[in-house]
Amino acid sequence: MNLDILISGVGGQGSVLASRALALTAMERGLAVRTSEVIGMAQREGSVVSHVRIGEELYGAIIPDRRADFLLGLELAETARALNKLKPGGIVLTGTTTIVPATVQLGLSTYDREAITNYIKKQAGKVFFLDLEELSRRAGHARTGNVVILGALSTLPGLPFGSDQMLQAILRFVPGQFLELNRRAFETGRAAMEVA
Amino acid sequence: MNLKLLMGNEAIAYGAVEAGVQVATGYPGTPSSEVLSTLARLALEKGFYVEWSINEKAALEVAAGASYAGARAIVTMKQVGLNVAADPLMTLAYIGIKGGLVLVVADDPGPHSSQNEQDTRIFARFAGLPVLDPATPAEAREMAKYAFELSEKLSLPVILRPTTRTCHACQDIELAEVTERPRPASGFEKSPNWVILPGLALRRHAWLNQQQEVARELLEESGFNRLINLEGEHEQAEAGVIACGVSYNYVREALNLSWLKIPVLKIGTPYPLPVRPVLDFLTRVKRVLVVEEQEPAVEDQVIALAWRNKMITGISGKNDRLVPREGELDTDKVKTILGKFLETASAVPEATAGAPELPLRPPVLCAGCPHRASFYAFKEAARGTDAIFSGDIGCYTLGVMAPLNAVDTCLCMGAGISIAAGLHRAEPNRRQVAFVGDSTFFHSGITGLINAVYNRANVTLVVLDNRTTAMTGHQPHPGVGRTATGEQGIPVDIARLVEACGVEFVREVDPYDLEASINAARAAMEYPGPAVVIMKRECIALSKKQKSYLIDHQLCTECGLCLEDPGCPAIGRPEGRPEITQNCYGCGICAQICPSNAIREGAR
Repeated sequence: MNLDILISGVGGQGSVLASRALALTAMERGLAVRTSEVIGMAQREGSVVSHVRIGEELYGAIIPDRRADFLLGLELAETARALNKLKPGGIVLTGTTTIVPATVQLGLSTYDREAITNYIKKQAGKVFFLDLEELSRRAGHARTGNVVILGALSTLPGLPFGSDQMLQAILRFVPGQFLELNRRAFETGRAAMEVA
Repeated sequence: MNLKLLMGNEAIAYGAVEAGVQVATGYPGTPSSEVLSTLARLALEKGFYVEWSINEKAALEVAAGASYAGARAIVTMKQVGLNVAADPLMTLAYIGIKGGLVLVVADDPGPHSSQNEQDTRIFARFAGLPVLDPATPAEAREMAKYAFELSEKLSLPVILRPTTRTCHACQDIELAEVTERPRPASGFEKSPNWVILPGLALRRHAWLNQQQEVARELLEESGFNRLINLEGEHEQAEAGVIACGVSYNYVREALNLSWLKIPVLKIGTPYPLPVRPVLDFLTRVKRVLVVEEQEPAVEDQVIALAWRNKMITGISGKNDRLVPREGELDTDKVKTILGKFLETASAVPEATAGAPELPLRPPVLCAGCPHRASFYAFKEAARGTDAIFSGDIGCYTLGVMAPLNAVDTCLCMGAGISIAAGLHRAEPNRRQVAFVGDSTFFHSGITGLINAVYNRANVTLVVLDNRTTAMTGHQPHPGVGRTATGEQGIPVDIARLVEACGVEFVREVDPYDLEASINAARAAMEYPGPAVVIMKRECIALSKKQKSYLIDHQLCTECGLCLEDPGCPAIGRPEGRPEITQNCYGCGICAQICPSNAIREGAR
């Protein structure tokens, strides 16, 4: 099997942890993995994407256009920006969270939430909108949206690993005092999909 | 079994450890930095020495010294760092080495985090040094190990040149258990051959040129170059591809996606190009496409080889403009290139129809970043003048972004102060202010400052001292005193150093104190002669958030100053009126700017 997952967001939202955790889960299932992350200048509040590729015959770490099976978006406009990577009929899980960049305050660009939402609906085979801000607050910390969305992903069919394995992999990236918080965030994401 | 998920840079570090590296040096630079930080993490346990050097030149020289004494040494840097290390490198190639010496020089086609797209493979050829070009993290680790052996066989430094897509890609890698400590160095043996003089240089130049052929022969046996999709010794093909480095991945995947099976010769050792496998390929394939990023480093050698051997094989690539010389390649681009080369109808990519306009999201200085406060203060002090702000390389280059617009020039590491001095010579009546980070100041800013003092340039130098090398992942530097492996060294005090350079106007200010900062900025800019202001405040990523601010809407007149002047990402208009978001770090600059005193401490 081959599975390509793209994670998009804004620098600082934790997309690197999300892609590493997914890759580790797959690796521990005996699958080959590649990831590619944005590290460096673009981290600072800029657009970031992480690529996760899982499978048997893997080459580069970058997912070609229209090949991603899943798109996990941590910020609404960044989800839209990454849609060219989603395969026809691919599945989108996206936060409804918006982070409005300074360029909008300064009138250099616009943030049309409604047009962006409609575009995501139109392009995706299936889309799940998640209020990541509210969900991560419920889990106990505003910065756990990355783990909430992985929890949500773990409820979907088509993954070569179970949700327990995913959670264990995530917790290996997390320092001791935040284990419980991240466990809650993951469960909150799972629970949100039961309602969605 | 020790299976690990490793980033390419980590994989290179593990490869060096497996090779028994004894001395590791480097200067941080994206995308190379994690090689040395990984080595620093492993150093104490595995028993080898690691240092962040003051710059790439010092790093290479320290490594060269260690190698002279027989130690295996590794030096890490980004592509432009090699320019700084070029002076020792070009002659070290003549002198040669004793212990294996490997330079990891990370290239950044794109570029993602660099000021240019220079190709280290061309540099390697210029210096007469072998270069290895890994396609994956796993291969990068194998190459790192092999590079030490090759270096010792040739008595030459060897360059390992990963690109961003290998450095920052992760892969599942099976690691060997390294239990042995590195062997002790064999020791330096005195000989005139370590002392370069013109007579020796001429002899060694001839030796270096001979070594190119020795290297070529050794690389002909290398498994890093291999042929696929051309079975049997006599099989021929109409068309084939030669692919170098990460481009090999794109070629393989593009062929798979296009349901094509044509021969591919993978090149992992672009210089010196191995003759036999390439000649064999040219004999068996009628038309060849060379796919590589950046310069036609392999392609030009293939063309020369074909010419010398009177071959009529068609060779396509950059010279006939099928493959771009600028930017990165990827599977989609290579698919299109292959379509053109093979004259197959390449599927026209479906446009992502009806995409709405998306907000521009360039990287910006973090909320609470002390650099924002420093730029704001100097802009205030320079208000109404035609001062020029020369920038430098680091996070603070982002001061160029609106609304700060506080960087008028940026060229390379340490250039700001000397560019300002040059601008001053051409326009003596214009105020010149140069900004440099603390790590960049030590790297190469200080030479520009001494030059300005010596030649009495009327410039102001602002040292943005955030107590770290922030942009590349918070490496320590001489001003901090802590070494790469966490021991306390001797901190070099910037203010005392600047005074010792002969600067008579030196102030140290906390950028969070806006009034004091603006006053120091004014005084420095009015001072006739070189003046230095050190804006000292630790990077917010290293210190915990202290407090938050909020806007009192009873007092706020919605004038928009807090939004439009500093451009802090923690202030926005989520529901029309200005609000401070939870991203607030608590620097308090906006509170000091607000003309209505509407911003005060407190949680929203």
